[in-house]
Amino acid sequence: MFMRTAWLVLRKDVAIEARSWEVLTTTLFFAAACVLVFAFALVKEGQAVADAAAGILWIAIAFSGTLALGRTFERERYSETLRALLLAPAPRPALYLGKLLGMLVLLATAEALLVPMVALLFQAALFSRPLLMAGLLAGGTIGFAAVGTLFAAMLVRARSRDVLLPILLYPITIPVIIAGVRGTVALLGETPDEATATMWLGILAAFDVVFVTLALWTFEPLMTE
Amino acid sequence: MRKTLGPLVVVVGIMFVAAPFLIAQAPYESTMGLIQKIFYFHVPSWMAMYAAITVCGVSSAIYLFRSRAAADRYAVSAGELAVLFGLMGLITGPLWGRKAWGVWWQWDARLTSALLMEMIFVAYLLVRKFGGPGSEKLAAATALFGTATAPFVYKSVDIWRTVHPKTSVVPLLAAGSMPGSGMPFALSSIAFVLLFVVLLTLRVNLAERQAALDEMYLALED
Repeated sequence: MFMRTAWLVLRKDVAIEARSWEVLTTTLFFAAACVLVFAFALVKEGQAVADAAAGILWIAIAFSGTLALGRTFERERYSETLRALLLAPAPRPALYLGKLLGMLVLLATAEALLVPMVALLFQAALFSRPLLMAGLLAGGTIGFAAVGTLFAAMLVRARSRDVLLPILLYPITIPVIIAGVRGTVALLGETPDEATATMWLGILAAFDVVFVTLALWTFEPLMTE
Repeated sequence: MRKTLGPLVVVVGIMFVAAPFLIAQAPYESTMGLIQKIFYFHVPSWMAMYAAITVCGVSSAIYLFRSRAAADRYAVSAGELAVLFGLMGLITGPLWGRKAWGVWWQWDARLTSALLMEMIFVAYLLVRKFGGPGSEKLAAATALFGTATAPFVYKSVDIWRTVHPKTSVVPLLAAGSMPGSGMPFALSSIAFVLLFVVLLTLRVNLAERQAALDEMYLALED
């Protein structure tokens, strides 16, 4: 029942997206534009500032993630579909999990574009340890999206939601971004520092456990009016 | 709480008057000298901040799961005080750091995470103020996330190598690592926590009166 509900919510979101391509195209374009702006600012005569690539990759993920979160839940607001979803006789945490999985699919697609783009523009060795890099990306994205989905869902009802989402999201998720950036920087050197990257991966996993648990725990009372 | 407030204010007042004399008499630390005495201010203000965060987190959880309006009043009052005491810690810290480390600020684990914790509670107040109706629950969730970071901030100096002194400094000071340091440290710690209790009681009283006034307005309209 629980997993099936989550799966149905995910399938609904993917189906809507597959018919409109609204959120995905805008997010991807924004992410690409974001990286280009940084490339113009920080790449001089073909040489990027040292270690800039890791920071820019994660900033682009955080910015486009915020945009995608806002758009995804704006769509749920138009015809009160979020309320309809909450009225369904289904466990509330399962609804949250479904929305979170949808966000993860979206952000994974954005990262599939961002990582090669940053690697190309900043000549960064992002593919030197593909497994560790994928782990860091997954850990960071889960932590970011877990908090983001919770707050974006809540902000559907609030005034000035566009301003409040980043205000709430960034202070809480900056530790995740820091861990992601540090872990990525460790992989970028001449000889990738696997031990350091694994250490940061562990910290990311700890954050993910805390954030997902807190979000699943608080989603039910938060969405009750 | 309200009946004990008067005597409590007197006690806190006496403690804050006595503290400078006791701190002045406390011994000089061998390497840092005079500037080490800011510890008697810096550490207690973080203690008050942690007390405020605990109250804010617990009452937010009660508000979230039990929908008690009284818990929400405690949460918002403690949230404001968390920002206040956190600001005191964030100001006294760099004052000491400038002399001890030679720089105002260092992006190490403790300083960064403490700043983020302060930012989460500022965000909490922003949501309360600008979130509009229904934002109390959203704010309560923010407070819970902020409270979850507090233990990490406290333990960060033991986990990572930082320039900031480790947590073991505090029990050492309280036990009197330098002869005569225990008494002033204990006094300022208790004074700060009691100050927090006084301010919390006053602020909750204010929130209660606001709620009562709002109810009267509503009753008048009916």
